[in-house]
Amino acid sequence: MADTRFMTINMGPQHPATHGVLRMVLELDGEIVKKSVPYIGYLHRGVEKLAEARTYHQALTLTDRLDYTNGLSNNMAFCLACERLIGLEIPRRAQCLRVILCELQRIAAHLLWIATHALDIGAMTVLFYAFRERETILTIVENVTGARLTPSYIRIGGLAKDVPPEFGKMVRDFINEFPGRIDEYETLLTENIIWKKRTQNVAPLSAEDAINYGVTGPVLRASGVNYDVRKAYPYSSYEEFDFIVPLGSKGDVYDRYVVRLQEMRQSIRIITQGMERLPEGPVNAHALDVVPPDKEEVRHDMAALIRHFKIMEEGFKPPVGEAYGAVESPKGELGFYLISDGSNKPFRMRIRPPSFLNLGAVPKMIEGQMVADVVAAIGSVDIVLGEIDR
Amino acid sequence: MTDESKDVRRVTGKLLRQFGEKAITVEERSGSGIPSVIVDKAKILEALFFLKNDPDCVFDMLTDLFGVDNYKEKPRFEVIYFLNSLKNKTRLAVKVGLAEGESVPTASGIWKAAEWFEREIYDMFGIRFEGHPDLRRILLDDDFEGHPLRKDFPLEGRDFDKPFVVQLGEEK
Repeated sequence: MADTRFMTINMGPQHPATHGVLRMVLELDGEIVKKSVPYIGYLHRGVEKLAEARTYHQALTLTDRLDYTNGLSNNMAFCLACERLIGLEIPRRAQCLRVILCELQRIAAHLLWIATHALDIGAMTVLFYAFRERETILTIVENVTGARLTPSYIRIGGLAKDVPPEFGKMVRDFINEFPGRIDEYETLLTENIIWKKRTQNVAPLSAEDAINYGVTGPVLRASGVNYDVRKAYPYSSYEEFDFIVPLGSKGDVYDRYVVRLQEMRQSIRIITQGMERLPEGPVNAHALDVVPPDKEEVRHDMAALIRHFKIMEEGFKPPVGEAYGAVESPKGELGFYLISDGSNKPFRMRIRPPSFLNLGAVPKMIEGQMVADVVAAIGSVDIVLGEIDR
Repeated sequence: MTDESKDVRRVTGKLLRQFGEKAITVEERSGSGIPSVIVDKAKILEALFFLKNDPDCVFDMLTDLFGVDNYKEKPRFEVIYFLNSLKNKTRLAVKVGLAEGESVPTASGIWKAAEWFEREIYDMFGIRFEGHPDLRRILLDDDFEGHPLRKDFPLEGRDFDKPFVVQLGEEK
C-alpha cells in the first residue's frame, strides 16, 4: 500500500503568488512542508547563447530583458564588464548619472516588491500606494531614456545621451516627497500586528546557510551578513558616496522587509548626494572606436555617419582576455563574466543571476514551515523569473 | 587594487605550496583581468576545500560556477569556479580543463550553491558531475536533445523550421 501520510501538491506555474512562471512541488505532512522542489526554466530564452552571436553593443539590449523590473542595473553590470575588458575610463558626469539612475531603479524595484509581497500576504492597500510612487520613477526613467522598462540607456563608454533639462527638477521633487511616502508604508505595515504575525519568525535563513547557498542582496543582509557589492567592490564612484548598509539579525521575512525599506531610505541619500555634486562635462568616454558619435553630429558630418554605421554594424574588438563586472542590483549581486577571443562578439557571456541563487535557498527556508507561509517566503526573496531562466 | 592583488598573490602562493606546481598553474593577467588558477582535475575538490577552509584564504562564497566551450583547444571544456571571500574582499577564478565526455567531482558538498550551478552546466554543456545528488536538466525541458551552449549547437536551434503539429492517432 502506498504511503498516504505525505501529500504532494503542485504550486504553479500559473499561480499568482509565484511572481511569474515558477513551479514548486511541495511535499506536505498535514500543513507542514516536508520538502519542496522548485522547477524553473519556463522563461528560458537562451540569452547567453544569443549574446555570442551579437556584437557587444547589440548584446546590451538583451540585458534589459533579464530582470525586467530593473533594466538600468542590468545595463550597468554589462557595461562595467565591457569597459573593464577594453580598459575604458568613464567621465565623472556619466558615473554620477549612472549612480543616480541605478538608485532610482532600486527604489522602483523595491516598490514593486513591497506592493506584490504585501498583496500576497493580504495587505492590498500598499499596492496602490507603492505603484503611485513607482509611476513617478518610471516617468522620470521614460523622460530620460525614452522607455519605461527596457531603457538600454547606459551604454558601453557612457550613456546614450545626456539627461534632459527637466531631469533635475523631477528628481528633486521626487526625493523631497518620497521619505514621507516611506513613512506612509511604515504606518501601514511595520507595527501592524497582522503583518508581524505573518512575517516574524517565518522562513528564517541563518547567516551560514545564506553564504553556503550563495545568497546575496537584501536576503543575505537580513541574515546579518554585511556584504554589499557597492561597498565591497565599489564601482562607478560609489566609494565617494556616504551611505550605510542596513542589516537584519534573524533573517526572517520581517527582517527582509525592514532591510529593503531602509535600503530605499539610503538610496534617497545617495541620490541627494549625487544631485548635489553632479559635475558638468561629457557623458561619453573619448573612444572613437567604441562610442558612437552624437546624433546631431551624424546629421551634419559624413565622417561621423560612417563611424556610426561602422560601430553599430561591426562593433569593436576588445583584446583577448576576461573581465567580470558586478553591481548590487535590487536582488543581489548581478555579475557578467565576459570572455573575449579578440573578435567583435563575446566568446562567452556568463550572467551571474542573483535571483537564481536566492531561489535555490527557498527550499531550505520553508522546510518545516506552514504551507501558507510558502507564499510569504517566495515573496520575501523577491525573485524575477526573467533573470533566473535567462 | 594593489591591496587586492597582494592578497591574491598570497593565496595563490599558498595554494602552490600546498599542492605543488604540477597541479596548480597560476595565470598571470595584466590590467583588469581576473586573477585565476588552473587546477588539475584530480586535485580540484581538495583545492576547493582548501580554498574555502584555509584561514588565510576563506573563499566562503561560490559566486559563480559555469562552463566554457573552447572548441578549438584541447581539452575542449573548461569549468570555472568563481570564488569570493567576504572577509578579505578578494575574488579568484579556479579553472579545470575537461575533455569531451570527462566528468568532474561535484562541489555541492563544499558549497550548496554548486548544486544548481552544476545542474545548469550539465544542462547546457553535457558535463557530468560525479556524486551530484540530483543531476537533472534545470532550465530546459527533460526531453530536450543536445546541449545548447556548446559551440556546435546551432543558434536557431534544431528543428526550428519544422511545424509544431501533433498528429492525432499516430503514436511514436
